[in-house]
Amino acid sequence: MDYFIELFLGGLTRGSIYALIALGYTMVYGIIQLINFAHGEIYMLGAFTALIVAGILTMLGWNQVAILVIASIVAVVYSAAYGFTIEKIAYKPLRQAPRLSALISAIGMSMFLQYYVLLAQTSNFLPFPNLIPDFKFLEPIEHIVRSSEIVIYATTAIVMVLLTGLIKFTKIGKAMRATAQDRDMAMLVGVDVNKVISMTFIVGSATAALGGVLIASHTGQINYYIGFIAGIKAFVAAVLGGIGSMPGAVLGSLVLGMSESFFTGYISSDYEDVFAFLFLVFTLIFRPSGILGRTDTDKV
Amino acid sequence: MFRFSEIKKSFLVALWLMFLTFPIMVIRVNTIYKTIEWRWERMFMVGIGAFFLSFLWRYLHKKKEAGEKKAEEAGTLPLAQRLIKNRQFSIPAAIGLGIFIIAFPFIFSMYQTNIMTTALIYVVVGLGLNIVVGLAGLLDLGYVAFYAVGAYSYALLNHHFGLGFWAALPIGATFAFLFGVILGFPVLRLRGDYLAIVTLGFGEIIRLILENWNAFSFGPSGIANIPRPGFFGMDLSLSQSITYVYFLMIGMAIFTIFVVKRLQDSRLGRAWIALREDEVACQAMGIDKTRTKLSAFALGATWAGIGGVVFAAKTTFINPASFTIWESIIILCIVVLGGMGSVLGVIFGALVLILLPEYLRAFSEYRMLIFGATLVTMMVFRPGGIITDVRKTYKFKGLKDKQPTV
Repeated sequence: MDYFIELFLGGLTRGSIYALIALGYTMVYGIIQLINFAHGEIYMLGAFTALIVAGILTMLGWNQVAILVIASIVAVVYSAAYGFTIEKIAYKPLRQAPRLSALISAIGMSMFLQYYVLLAQTSNFLPFPNLIPDFKFLEPIEHIVRSSEIVIYATTAIVMVLLTGLIKFTKIGKAMRATAQDRDMAMLVGVDVNKVISMTFIVGSATAALGGVLIASHTGQINYYIGFIAGIKAFVAAVLGGIGSMPGAVLGSLVLGMSESFFTGYISSDYEDVFAFLFLVFTLIFRPSGILGRTDTDKV
Repeated sequence: MFRFSEIKKSFLVALWLMFLTFPIMVIRVNTIYKTIEWRWERMFMVGIGAFFLSFLWRYLHKKKEAGEKKAEEAGTLPLAQRLIKNRQFSIPAAIGLGIFIIAFPFIFSMYQTNIMTTALIYVVVGLGLNIVVGLAGLLDLGYVAFYAVGAYSYALLNHHFGLGFWAALPIGATFAFLFGVILGFPVLRLRGDYLAIVTLGFGEIIRLILENWNAFSFGPSGIANIPRPGFFGMDLSLSQSITYVYFLMIGMAIFTIFVVKRLQDSRLGRAWIALREDEVACQAMGIDKTRTKLSAFALGATWAGIGGVVFAAKTTFINPASFTIWESIIILCIVVLGGMGSVLGVIFGALVLILLPEYLRAFSEYRMLIFGATLVTMMVFRPGGIITDVRKTYKFKGLKDKQPTV
């Protein structure tokens, strides 16, 4: 039973991290119908920025919580800036182009960013300092759930609520929904579509960066490649939940995280990634619109 | 052109990029030894580079916009096509090229011939992917999986049953074809971008299986001592056999070019292009969508399989590390850079992308970085590739001087 709970909580952790990345995927897809391949790289950049900031502050002898807060803020700001810039360089000129062109551009961007970090930093795994303090009240159940996991669950829940609020109740959220429904019509009624798209990239990237900081501090190591697999899996989660739908992205992430955790725990850990990809293939074949997505037909 | 506002714009771009790349480029921390490395000179390099590149960026933008207008007005053929059409130029050029190709292994060293053979394998594989991506418009990111199927069929058949290269070649191609049909059938209904991700998934699944199923594929350690292709049972020395593989690849490349050219103008080829342009209209015209797509997918896979068999025979050693997703993306890069759908473009793309990094060893670590940047800039400024494919157009000539006889 303990093993089951351990796997369950492990799955919840994975799922939460996937959710933080998948939210960005799904928002961008909802608005410009682009699979932002470079999104996983944003997450990786967030983790690297946090590592650099945390490294400097640790050497200056700051206390743990202050480092966590500052490193997260810097990582979020930088990742948002990267997201914004990437959109301007690689996607904006291709808005009227076929979707395939934008996708190829996104793949190129993803590759560029990976090798940019590889060349500017290192190809090795870097140890990431544990930024999350150990909570006193968790000591009795420490063998089941670590405090970093609690922080991950809480952050995901808070981000989810905040984003839902942003989309539902603010002016920019309304503009986002309008742009997602019909970009030309939104433009006609005076929505600044460029601003909305930039904003979407900024918000999505910031969320991914938060995921990057948390998972890096949970697993304790990062390298330039972490964004690729995480990005693909978050994409699987977003598709599973129904791409374009925010609750769908979170639900899909949790389902994927849990099933991955149980699969590796009970069946085989060698084929962990194979399992995720098979999950994707079967979802797309049998229910391409996902769990919460709506089916749409091709418009002529 | 160098107005103050332009300079200010570039200056701001440079400043922004300096800010953006600051932590990753400048600082390197080592948390174990507790050292911080500051590399300030890089920041200025980024700034200066960004300043000039932003001028170039805007210049290319202007040129592209101007070029679109011009092309609409004039409708002239691009330079490469004009050269081919011009017989005075093309016939001597073809003869010269032929002599050069035949003389190549005798003039240059074994090492050079080997590199050329690698480039030729990429030409063949690139032309195969060109059918899928360029003609049929299906973005296949798992293309290297079929390449792996070809390579492993030869390696395993040889290991277990002692099959030779010539027996394995059709078998490898058939296996790749079958894989293409099996994988293609369920996924080809999907929309373009979903298809890209699913094929990527398939590619990774095949690689992971090869890596983990030790009993079947010998795992990450791979298979060694794969024999080179035989020549009527003769024993060839190493240099002879390298020359032999080179000519084999030349022959195969010519065969592939011939087949692709013929396919392009066939009923099937026209259906692919039409499907790429507009699926709904195609279905309305009575084209069987699934079958047409599947044929493109499977034919592309077959060529990857052939390339894989030759690859295994040439390197005599394969392991799963040769078949990562990046390999697929390099092949995609070849097709995109050269020009999607254009045979000449793909050949050019393969030669440039495979030969340049070999000769510019100093830049080899920047290879993937440059490939990534190439994909983005090509898509932004020249989506048709360097040698853009020109579709056949028909013009009514001579209507003026010949009155239609009733």
